[in-house]
Amino acid sequence: MSVRLPLTRRRFLQVLAGATGALIVGVGRARAADADTPLALLGDDLTRLGPYVRIEPDGRVILGARDPDCGEGTHTSLPRIIADELDADWTRVEVISLGPDLVSGNDNLRWRYGHQRSGDGSSIPAAWEDLREAGALARWLLVQAAAQASGVAAANLRCENGAVIAPNGRRFDYGSLVKSALRQAPPQTAPPLKTPDDFRLIGRPAGDVDAEAMVRGEEKFALDQYMAEALTAVVLHCPWPGGTLDSIDTQSALAIPGVRRVLQFQPEAGQPLGSTPIANGVAVLADDTWAALRGRDALKLSWKPGKQADASTADLEQRARDLLQSQAEPTRHVREDGDFAEIAKHAPHHVEAMYVQPFVAHATAEPMNCLVRIDTDRIRVVTPTQSPQEALTIVQRLTGMNAERIDVQVPRAGGGFGRRLDHDFLTEAVLLAKAAGTAIKLVWTRDQDLRNDFYRPGALHRMQAVLDRRKRIVGWNVRKASASALAGRDVPADRLWTSEARPDALPAGLIANFSSTWYELDSPLPRGPSRGGHDVVDAFATQMFLDEIAHTVRKDPLELRMELLGEPHVLPGATANGAIDTGRLANVLQRVAARIDWNRRRTNGHGLGIAFHHIDGAYCAHAFEVSVRGEKVIVHRAVCAIDVGRVINPLGLKAQAVGATVDGISTALGQTIQMRDGRIVQSNLRDYPLARMAQLPREVEVIIVASDSAPTGASIVAMPSTAPALASAVSAATTVRVRQLPLMPELLRKL
Amino acid sequence: MQAQPVQTPPDTITRVPPRNGIELRINGESYLHTGDPSMPLLWYLRDVLQLTGTKYGCDSTVCGACTVLIDGKRALACARSMDTLAGSEVTTVEGLAGPDGSLHALQQAWIDEDAILCGYCQPGWLMAAADLLRRKPAPSDADIDALPNLCRCGSQPRIRRAIHRAAAQLQAAKGSK
Repeated sequence: MSVRLPLTRRRFLQVLAGATGALIVGVGRARAADADTPLALLGDDLTRLGPYVRIEPDGRVILGARDPDCGEGTHTSLPRIIADELDADWTRVEVISLGPDLVSGNDNLRWRYGHQRSGDGSSIPAAWEDLREAGALARWLLVQAAAQASGVAAANLRCENGAVIAPNGRRFDYGSLVKSALRQAPPQTAPPLKTPDDFRLIGRPAGDVDAEAMVRGEEKFALDQYMAEALTAVVLHCPWPGGTLDSIDTQSALAIPGVRRVLQFQPEAGQPLGSTPIANGVAVLADDTWAALRGRDALKLSWKPGKQADASTADLEQRARDLLQSQAEPTRHVREDGDFAEIAKHAPHHVEAMYVQPFVAHATAEPMNCLVRIDTDRIRVVTPTQSPQEALTIVQRLTGMNAERIDVQVPRAGGGFGRRLDHDFLTEAVLLAKAAGTAIKLVWTRDQDLRNDFYRPGALHRMQAVLDRRKRIVGWNVRKASASALAGRDVPADRLWTSEARPDALPAGLIANFSSTWYELDSPLPRGPSRGGHDVVDAFATQMFLDEIAHTVRKDPLELRMELLGEPHVLPGATANGAIDTGRLANVLQRVAARIDWNRRRTNGHGLGIAFHHIDGAYCAHAFEVSVRGEKVIVHRAVCAIDVGRVINPLGLKAQAVGATVDGISTALGQTIQMRDGRIVQSNLRDYPLARMAQLPREVEVIIVASDSAPTGASIVAMPSTAPALASAVSAATTVRVRQLPLMPELLRKL
Repeated sequence: MQAQPVQTPPDTITRVPPRNGIELRINGESYLHTGDPSMPLLWYLRDVLQLTGTKYGCDSTVCGACTVLIDGKRALACARSMDTLAGSEVTTVEGLAGPDGSLHALQQAWIDEDAILCGYCQPGWLMAAADLLRRKPAPSDADIDALPNLCRCGSQPRIRRAIHRAAAQLQAAKGSK
């Protein structure tokens, strides 16, 4: 049986009978560019949708999680959304990871599951749009079946915990209804969704669905998967971006028992960054990892630098300083309100500061890796990806295999942070598998991972503000210089600024005379998406500068921010759902201030810092209490208030807020990626340090703001306000004004 | 009493040939490693035995993702080659649960505190915490601070709580016996 059911225009549900007699309900969205195409013109191929819900006759409920889970909690939160609408018994739910699946097409791929991307805050909003409907349809069909079995009108039946319940108390377990549910005629209109009063799982805490497998060591990450015939490939990339292999002697490497081949690979000409190897490289293929590592160490090779053999991040920083001090025309006027230059002529108070932030790496816990097997009629790929559909598309391009014959499996991934939105490592594995004619298990060692990343670009911000006689900010001028994270990625030159700045970034809209400009820098360091991207970098400059202003005019930093936000109002955002509610921002600020007891003066050498930020309808503030003893920053308290709209899983949301806060601290304290003589300096977790337990707060106090607004993503919003709240607390504790990251070297220089 | 017949010994004695290799016990089972003796325990566990709970995370003995117990004590599997392990008793995260499969108090506490996040480094933390509780059944925050493991996702505050929770639970269980 297969039934299609139009929900709203361009959205459909489908019911299928599973091979075991299970009831399977899928939902998806047509994704054509023109949203106004009439339904009738869309054709069937856009409406064949795959399964999210499967109910076995024995009552087990199997829910598909379509977005990868790299620690964002999607494999728990997405199935909870479906299960709530289904009134499933959560203790009987099993979750499976859905890889990318095709509806049809080889040239113009159409995907079965709709949204399949994680780590950019889009999973929850997308799920809220369509996953509840999958649960609701399944429940509707089960109720119809129960109505038939009981003779009670469907309207008089209710569902609870995996059963339909009749007014007389008789229970029909879902499993017992599956057979009959499959025979029910589908509804004429979409079954109604629950109202929030009826939510049973949404809003209640749930632990990670894979927790037990994780603590038993049984969860199989991509790096944990093997194919008997696969050779393990360990690689070396040219240390100079754009450089080439000069000479290679493979004799000693090949003499090592277990080493089979030494192969070279290159970036493909004309391919955008992230979908081709990141650099020229050499791979040692061996029977196991240890033999491959020994083979790699035995290689005798030399590299030739490319064009920018003497490039350095120090030079780049100097160029940025020169540019921002010059009268040069910016690459982009991001926003101009009023007339900053004019107001600056007459205003009584001027504040100016320059903020310097480094390039940083992703340093995911699980290094880049990919397992691939290419047969004549089928390809199997197991890889940690944040974007499975893109992974499949790249495999198709590299192999010419019919897309329907490519199976991409998406296990839990050991961190993503945007690194796995790129698939350079996957292309290496596929190119090696093609060249070697055998299955390949590619493993990047940590040095390769840190030196061949698509870094978050460093930036310099030159900030100027002018205040009137009453010390209110009446003019704001931010000039930013950075190398675009979109360069080399098939993005038109006049759009490169979009990864570096946004016209609605606060305090835009709050100050009458406002100017935001961007100056493009060129750098051989590859750049790409990261957790929060430029929001993190810009929030640091903005929030630190607000502190600088408060310090200069002797105002309380919280009071200055509250004044700036003003009476609660809504600012139009730059994107459709990007409207900014200043009331919600003020609220998270007030919540952290109250919790940390902001108005109580610290006389024990402790300093307080506060900061806020918002991303796509989610709001966050941090307050820190720190002290500095000798060469150590001690974080006594870290408070985070977070408003993401309706909360799907409060335990998961807290995990994201704690995690992002720790990430923000760890990054701010000591992380920097530098280039010297055209090569990346950092190569391991000693010179690119992640914060240790002792450097971190013992607790991150998370305040969740209850809200009925539409749910938003939670994995990135707690990043941007962390570093400025920490740094401003350090400034308060030491009187050293922090204007450069990472914090520790800067602090030690100035103390 | 009848005399036993006298056996004539054979002209040549066939001896069982000695097996070359490194014998060790892992999670209570005996293994014989016959490959490269310089292979680190990490790759023996992962590539040869496919006991993949022990993770690879760095090459500089700094991340702790490959933490195991060797003869009951914390060790990094990446830093111990097989030729140093003859006769050793290795416990990996797969061997942390009881013989009947019942979860170790630490494993249950990790679940209770939802300390997972991406989960990749957690086996290493669990083994380091098992070693800590062996040394200090009621660890202080400073004891936990001294754990050298890294967690990229930022689960440390929950890991701390989980260790305290497991310690309290084990102490209570001991007290009630």
